[in-house]
Amino acid sequence: MKMENKEVTLLKGNEAIAYAAIRCGADAFFGYPITPQSEIIETLSLLKPWETTGMVVVQAESEVASINMVHGGAGAGKRVFTTSSSPGVALMQEGISFMAGSEIPGVVVNVQRGGPGLGTIQPSQSDYFQATRGGGNGDYYVIVLAPNSVQEMADFVDLAFTLAFRYRNPAMILSDGVIGQMMEKVVLPEQKPRRTEEQIRKECPWATIGRTKDREPNILTSLELKPEIMEARNIHLQEKYATIREKEVRYETLNCEDADYLIVAFGSAARIAEKSMEIARSKGEKVGLFRPITLWPFPERQLREMAKGKKGILVAEINAGQMVEDVRLAINGAVPVEHFGRLGGIVPDPQEIVEALETKVMKK
Amino acid sequence: MKKEIIISGFGGQGVLSMGKILAYSGLMEDKEVTWMPSYGPEQRGGTANCTVIVSDERISSPILSRYDIAIVLNQPSLDRFMPLVKPGGILIYDSYGIVNKPSRNDIKVYKIDAMDKAAEMKNAKVFNMIVLGGLLKVCPVVSTDGLKKALRKTLPERHHEMIPLNMEAVQVGMDLIQEV
Repeated sequence: MKMENKEVTLLKGNEAIAYAAIRCGADAFFGYPITPQSEIIETLSLLKPWETTGMVVVQAESEVASINMVHGGAGAGKRVFTTSSSPGVALMQEGISFMAGSEIPGVVVNVQRGGPGLGTIQPSQSDYFQATRGGGNGDYYVIVLAPNSVQEMADFVDLAFTLAFRYRNPAMILSDGVIGQMMEKVVLPEQKPRRTEEQIRKECPWATIGRTKDREPNILTSLELKPEIMEARNIHLQEKYATIREKEVRYETLNCEDADYLIVAFGSAARIAEKSMEIARSKGEKVGLFRPITLWPFPERQLREMAKGKKGILVAEINAGQMVEDVRLAINGAVPVEHFGRLGGIVPDPQEIVEALETKVMKK
Repeated sequence: MKKEIIISGFGGQGVLSMGKILAYSGLMEDKEVTWMPSYGPEQRGGTANCTVIVSDERISSPILSRYDIAIVLNQPSLDRFMPLVKPGGILIYDSYGIVNKPSRNDIKVYKIDAMDKAAEMKNAKVFNMIVLGGLLKVCPVVSTDGLKKALRKTLPERHHEMIPLNMEAVQVGMDLIQEV
């Protein structure tokens, strides 16, 4: 179906990730199946991109293998990604930390399910801490994008690669079973060619892609035994993170300007909360929705500005209270902040969030 | 126009694909659509449901607490979703295996004995299309034209010969559904 010369189609969020990765010129996928995101590797296998763009698709023997294959591929300057769900992403944390330490730009997609441990296959947002606090060992951050629609699942693949390469840092798309499994209209990006080796050499002078005569060997490692050098490296990373915090914050606001109360929510919870906002507005309550799109860097300053003069904030999440900590740090006591969440794979419905807003924040 | 619909029944009845066809039909008519399945360890004999929203405007939540229309195809689904139909909304049920009949009188209740009809037609596979026909009779969420286009889009070409049979089942459903 054609619309404004762009193809509109109906896809699951997981399928959209697969289509978008091929179209944005990804070089390789390494992954291991796990519910609720197995449609990603299924769709890639169905589309056989190795026959068209030359993109490699490998079902690795484990999540640990997957992330280390990403480490290797991205170290060669390739656009490489892996996808998994919560327990699988937990297994990948060592690899992600190594990539952050070596400044290797890979993309990881986490279609979250409930935990801890193997937990449940139902949707959850309980990996917020893990995603936004680095997740592995050491002082590092991963750029985290939280899509709230199938369209954003598609759009954020290219964005995640762009940001990862711009800052030589791992980037994560933090989704969940709701967005992964639901079908919606989506306009897929145009097919971009994969970068040529010459382009990679030019754009990624750090890549371990074979030394030319005019330069020293590139070495990508997170190991450094001299603490003076290691501290300097850490300071460099922190300066990079400061730049990302300054330049890459993304968020969306709906009806916030005239609102007395704000709901802060991300990803699927933001979709549900948007309905809660509609219900509350239909009852005459002035409620707005603030949606962080980058969870790290968190839109701290923007939220603080928006919250000025509001009577209260409800943070609605599908977890026991994780992003609420970042909201409280941002607000710093200026406005009362409450939390509402459902756990263990139960997804809250819009009415529950309205009730939480009324009882916890409006004190009705 | 915005219709918030839940379709629920046994796994294997075609509940999820019925919802998908409905969503595709909405897409064919340039409407906003979402389709959200239950994706537990459901299998044939277990329960399955999907929420379908078809709207002229932006859709907020894909997950709902109240529905304009509930299509319930077994007793557990009827028990679970009947209370969640908005006052003035629509409940459509197949009486096959239903012991406790719908009891609300602030909603419109329709019966469609599609299970028996599909057996009579000796084609269990068109069951869900009969139900879908019934829905379109009592609430034309999408047109039969849009539906035909959707079948063309969703069925692989080698199955396109099945489209007339499916459209016939839709017509059967339109004739079969009755207000209770």
